[in-house]
Amino acid sequence: MNSSIILSVTTFVYGLAAFLYIVSWVFKKEAPGKLALWTAALGLAGNTAGIILRWIESYKLGIGHAPLSNLYESLVFFSWTILIIYLFVERKYKNRTIGAFVTPLAFFAMAYASLHNNSIQPLIPALKSNWLIAHVITCFIGYAAFAIAFGTSGMYLIKKRDTEGKSLLLKRFPKTNTIDELTYQMIMLGFLFLSIGIITGAVWANSAWGRYWGWDPKETWSLITWFIYATLLHAKMMRGWHGKRIAYLSIAGFAAVLFTYFGVNLLPGLHSYGAMGQ
Amino acid sequence: MIKKANSSDTISRVWKFFTSVKLTVVLLLSLAVTSIIGTVIPQSGTASEYFHKYGELRYKILSFLDSIFDIFDMYHSWWFQLLLLLLTINIIICSIDRMKATWKIIFVKIPPFNVSRFRRLEYKKEFSESSMPDELEQIYKPVISRSYGYSRIEQTDSGFCLFAEKWRWTRLGVYIVHLSIILMLLGGLIGSIFGFEGFVNIPEGESARKINLRNTTEMHLLDFEIKCEDFSLSFYDSGAPKEYRSSLVIIENGKPVLKKDIIVNDPLRYKGINMFQSSYGTLPPREVTLSFTIRETGMEYKKKAAINKPVEIPEGLGTFILKDYSSSAGFKGHNIGEAFMGILTPKIGNTLNILLPLRFPSFDKMRKGDVIIAVASHNHEYYTGLQVTKDPGVWVVYSGFILMIIGCFVTFFMSHQRLCIEVTGKGNRSMVMVAGTSNKNKMGMQRKIEILSEKLDKLVTAQVDRLKAEDC
Repeated sequence: MNSSIILSVTTFVYGLAAFLYIVSWVFKKEAPGKLALWTAALGLAGNTAGIILRWIESYKLGIGHAPLSNLYESLVFFSWTILIIYLFVERKYKNRTIGAFVTPLAFFAMAYASLHNNSIQPLIPALKSNWLIAHVITCFIGYAAFAIAFGTSGMYLIKKRDTEGKSLLLKRFPKTNTIDELTYQMIMLGFLFLSIGIITGAVWANSAWGRYWGWDPKETWSLITWFIYATLLHAKMMRGWHGKRIAYLSIAGFAAVLFTYFGVNLLPGLHSYGAMGQ
Repeated sequence: MIKKANSSDTISRVWKFFTSVKLTVVLLLSLAVTSIIGTVIPQSGTASEYFHKYGELRYKILSFLDSIFDIFDMYHSWWFQLLLLLLTINIIICSIDRMKATWKIIFVKIPPFNVSRFRRLEYKKEFSESSMPDELEQIYKPVISRSYGYSRIEQTDSGFCLFAEKWRWTRLGVYIVHLSIILMLLGGLIGSIFGFEGFVNIPEGESARKINLRNTTEMHLLDFEIKCEDFSLSFYDSGAPKEYRSSLVIIENGKPVLKKDIIVNDPLRYKGINMFQSSYGTLPPREVTLSFTIRETGMEYKKKAAINKPVEIPEGLGTFILKDYSSSAGFKGHNIGEAFMGILTPKIGNTLNILLPLRFPSFDKMRKGDVIIAVASHNHEYYTGLQVTKDPGVWVVYSGFILMIIGCFVTFFMSHQRLCIEVTGKGNRSMVMVAGTSNKNKMGMQRKIEILSEKLDKLVTAQVDRLKAEDC
């Protein structure tokens, strides 16, 4: 049994959990919902085991480092964080329809991860720092919270389209006010951790390259994301924005998150990130 | 008089303009949108890099835009800095403006409470107990004072009112966040005025004092010398780099004062100057041993050689001169890595250019000449590339970082909570109302009120049961 197999299985378990959550929502049945919760919990256990095992395996290879060093590992951690936060939300809000919109995100992240190289690689010199763990963990807690806010914003917009409350499918959604509030809570959590993520990245950059900020595309895009969510928070707190406008801003914010994470690699650059040598 | 009124009118209008949250939203979104430009167009490149990348026409358009909007260095352009300046003024004025009101709320000796305000709340819990108000007072008081920082009891005609509150100071959270942003920008400003960012390449065994400043042709002279005693690099089995290490010595007034090996992520700091491992390169080897294999006899001879010094080829086959060294030579469009170039003058025939790649010792065999030349051994020398910076503003920025984290946490997850429990005696029963407000997270407060009411009710029931048991 190695971590790659466990994590591959976890991907399917998450897929099943997402499917069950959707079934439970669409067919308004309690039983698949309960099963979905247990499946999700099982997936989370597998995800946790996979991460720990991968950590141990890297030590056995003599290149021991936390499994947070490349795209594959960070996506696995991303799914893990989404599930942790989601299970907490389900417990607190006692509504499983949210699961139908959130667990698929964890499944997609794991499925996308599986398309990438999952061999354990040694750390290049630039990544050999204690800040790596703090930076990646905080960033991904932030991203996961934003992902959930994205899911709930979608729910809000769907529910709002049905103005007369006719749709039976949407009856089981939490009240619009509750969804709005949940989105807001997730964004505050995400914003706090995105801030800490940017800060730990800056401190790390300063100890590795002698500058805490260099307007590198990745840094800049994380700041753009920060600006968008900062706008949302000010609009909400000071101008009383709520509902649709907040939902749209939250979706725009998550698009910026995705671009920060995936899109930046597509951008041209005269200087590569932390490149060494010629 | 009229003029004075006008000027104060202008001031108040400017003030009002900067207190607007609309302005904040516009500025934040403008910063977000314009920041994209610098991630699409590479920044601080050389003219030839841009020309190469964009072609002539697009380069001309872009460089015209650059002459007005500095798009090749947009984060330092006048308009981007102006946006940041406006945001700073906006933050400061907004904070001062709102602080005036918040200050009065936060710094009061006796917090004011108004029962009727709590009675009017939409969400409150009301229930009745079979105890008298003064009995309830004894039960409620310790419970509330335990979890609320401030509490007081006011007697009323038919009972009492218990007021409590906590975390009044958390109303300052948002100002902490705003202050943190000002500190970060201020720290950045201090760094850009009093600091510098540069680089220097130092060959092994040599030392340097002059630092090339980034994005300029200027140099900065240090008060001390940096000597690189040794540079080494190691690789993983896969070929990926494992470590770059430079052994540095700081020499001040001719004496070594500090010695340290630096690697990436572990710089050397001396007198406010930071030295980071940032790149490396190879230098042309100073001495090379060449091997000459004579085709006819099969004999191999080894001879030392240096650049531009002719070497006699054994068995009288002519002379060879090493001419040049390249760390990445090309052959038929391929990069073949480090190589020497030399000129062979045979006894008979024309002179030939010879390429001697270090990675392929039998390369010269392909020429099918009388003699096969190869580099048998060479001493490898590196230079280390150091990033050298000074930033006296960094601690201001870091204190901003800490305040940002604290401020965000306080602003998002802590709130000023006020609680009111009104107990009114009716015969030998009491009516209880529990209500509370908080300046944030109203839903969370509702849940708290619900939990608290249940807890208080249970405590009373337990007390009543105990008394009954004692009576028996």
